[in-house]
Amino acid sequence: MDKKSTLKWLAWGMLIAGFFMASPLWGNAGEIPESLELQSLSELYEGVSFDHLLHMDMVGNCAACHHHGTGDPVEDENCARCHSYSKDTEVVSCGSCHPLEPFSPEYLREKEMDANRYHRDMPGLKAAYHQSCLGCHNEMGGPTGCQDCHPRTEAGDALFRAGAYAPESGAAAGHH
Amino acid sequence: MKGISRRRFLAASVIGGAATTLTMSKKAMGAGTFEGYPEGMGVLVDLTRCVGCRSCEAACNKEQKLPEPAMPFDDPSVFDQTGHGGQKRRPDENAYTVVNRYDPPGANHPLFRKLQCNHCNEPACLTSCFVSAYTKTREGAVVYNEKVCVGCRNCMIACPFQIPAYSYSSAFDPVIKKCIFCYDTRLKYGKPPACVEACPQGVLTFGHRKELIKIGQDRIKARPDRYVDHIYGETEVGGTGWMYLSGVPFEQAGFDTTLGKEPIISNVKEFLSTVPMVLAIWPALFTGFHLLARKKGHADEDHSHESQEDEKS
Repeated sequence: MDKKSTLKWLAWGMLIAGFFMASPLWGNAGEIPESLELQSLSELYEGVSFDHLLHMDMVGNCAACHHHGTGDPVEDENCARCHSYSKDTEVVSCGSCHPLEPFSPEYLREKEMDANRYHRDMPGLKAAYHQSCLGCHNEMGGPTGCQDCHPRTEAGDALFRAGAYAPESGAAAGHH
Repeated sequence: MKGISRRRFLAASVIGGAATTLTMSKKAMGAGTFEGYPEGMGVLVDLTRCVGCRSCEAACNKEQKLPEPAMPFDDPSVFDQTGHGGQKRRPDENAYTVVNRYDPPGANHPLFRKLQCNHCNEPACLTSCFVSAYTKTREGAVVYNEKVCVGCRNCMIACPFQIPAYSYSSAFDPVIKKCIFCYDTRLKYGKPPACVEACPQGVLTFGHRKELIKIGQDRIKARPDRYVDHIYGETEVGGTGWMYLSGVPFEQAGFDTTLGKEPIISNVKEFLSTVPMVLAIWPALFTGFHLLARKKGHADEDHSHESQEDEKS
């Protein structure tokens, strides 16, 4: 019984992992996507339809968001300390390095087992997106409200006790 | 025969008392040197990243099955709420974590600070609790047993961060309420607390406390222009499991920077170590004095004399 359910979970895990591994088709050089569906938060928020082309036109420099392009040398001085002669990387998608679950026991163990690891303070994918997007939007005057980029789902409303799930006492509630 | 046994009794009690005192003070001396369990977990809170979205508050509310808030979690007007004496919001029985807004002088954007139990290495709440309701688990959480809490609220006074709250709303069974690092549902299984998982900005970094200190030091080193050169909680009150990085002096973000490095217990351990000595030695000592004083004049007929004196008076 136990074995069976473990197998079931394993199968699901592999299916999901396979899905994530297969999705970044744009990882190959030369295939720059015009738009991206960012779905990693899709439980509480709807996915973000990210207009890659628009942002490319506006920023004009891949390395401003990605740490590195597929052909250009790294620009960040701190990265260049080690990576100035690194080979061209094949993948530039955020999710190819930033983990979906940066604090899972497995990932933490993996990080700590590797004594020579330099990148031990790597934000998870969600944090990488938000730090990069919101950081720039704050500086450039882009939209910064949560729902400006991704409207909340019903599950999100329930968590935030907002919309249909707002407390009845609502706005009238004075705080002690 | 009588005298010998009395002497023996006195000697034994003095030795016993001294032994108790010695072992007790040894234990008390041990306080302040405990640097947390080696596998203790913690969270590094990077205030330079927080945007005040309060996702952590919402996630905590759900995970801990807390009551409905007065206002939706996306209502920014809570940042303007103040309590008694203009105090900013504090965690209470309905919210084990709160985010407050600060406006540091000279900064062009507000600063947000998440408050919750800091899960001290040597918790003052734990040492102040006379029913031993509190436990510092080897995973790093400071948890408490509601069933033994008698509601004395000593821990509320002892905590240097004003974290434990009291369920004043409960008329018949009021107990202490505070953040437990999601111990029962998550930390115990190696998982990060709900707030950490919910944070979109990577403000909260979960990991082994020792590793977090290294990460904090690396961040300060890599961006000295961005951070104040201090990790709040690395040494404060003997070290805390939850630690903070800030871009402005910590006092400007509402931190108490006067706490010092010693755990709170160190402030009272010298006094406390004399308590067993007083309890163990004084009765024996003064009984001895009393007996010696009485023995001087009248050798064996104490009782008859006493009764005669009583009759006279």
